[in-house]
Amino acid sequence: MASKTAANEHHGFPWKHLIGFVLSIVLTLFALWIALETDLSMTWILIIIFGFAFLQAALQLLMFMHVTENSTKSNLTSRVQIGNILFAAFVAIVIVIGSVWVMTAGHAKHDKNQHAPKTENHENHGGGSEHDSGEHGSHE
Amino acid sequence: MAHAETHDPNTPLEYRSETGRLNILGFWIFLGAEIALFATLFATYMVLEHRIADGPSPGELFEVKSLLIQTFLLLTSSFTCGLAVHEMRRQNVKGLITWMAITLGLGLGFLYFEIEEFLHFIHEGANIGTSAAWSGFFVLVGTHGAHVTFGIFWVTMVLIQVAKRGLTPATSAKVFITSLYWHFLDVVWIFIFTAVYLMGMVMHNG
Repeated sequence: MASKTAANEHHGFPWKHLIGFVLSIVLTLFALWIALETDLSMTWILIIIFGFAFLQAALQLLMFMHVTENSTKSNLTSRVQIGNILFAAFVAIVIVIGSVWVMTAGHAKHDKNQHAPKTENHENHGGGSEHDSGEHGSHE
Repeated sequence: MAHAETHDPNTPLEYRSETGRLNILGFWIFLGAEIALFATLFATYMVLEHRIADGPSPGELFEVKSLLIQTFLLLTSSFTCGLAVHEMRRQNVKGLITWMAITLGLGLGFLYFEIEEFLHFIHEGANIGTSAAWSGFFVLVGTHGAHVTFGIFWVTMVLIQVAKRGLTPATSAKVFITSLYWHFLDVVWIFIFTAVYLMGMVMHNG
């Protein structure tokens, strides 16, 4: 698969593109339906819609961007391309999940300022306590 | 670059020059950096999305209709952009320019609805300075919109070059690189659709 020549599928009808497009639409609508019309728990909704998002990203990479194709006869370029994108995806996941975890998993409770009663109305852009408590419940 | 290379006649034009091959590989590596850039903006938004100060929450203002219009415009433009490259590889310049022009039209449509949506949010009292959540929102979604805007100019320039010079190893590599960029913007939008809009609406409803 990884070593096939680039041009092979570029004669005739672009089935690959059409299949990718139809699947993208189906995944988009299905994610919307799962998110808005089902009574699944927040955790399951998150798992399913993010699963669909990564699937759709993979579809774009494989069907439209030809990430597996090689510019020469060796399969070095496709390996570099795929390896680079997978590494970038890993970095992205670490940045996002890491940040959200550090900032919302309750570490803020150890901030000693939190125990002092609030004496002024000025809040640091929305650090209101009602949002804080809602947040802990709603995240993963 | 100068040395004659023997190639499978099936090798697409964009891979026939060394410059073309290296530019395409380099662009893939650039896309990796773009993924990291957008990841930091996603992380910022997701950390701050509950910090709404006295303003509305994002999920409160999102509308399914506007979201679906934007999503389908961009999704379809990614598809037509793929067809443009497909035509390019069949040496069909007219097909390439036609599909790319459709792609640009869909991209402009996306921008129109995105700007309209931003104006709607601002009208509802949510601008970039309203709260940390909205700052994160406008920076993330706005950076994506700025990329789309840049992409429209870029693709237009490359198409002018193709119209003038025809399909050469140099111009076809440029078309291929702009196509990678355009598909990448759709990939980013998929995650904005999921992490910003769907999650925002789910949290607002439940």
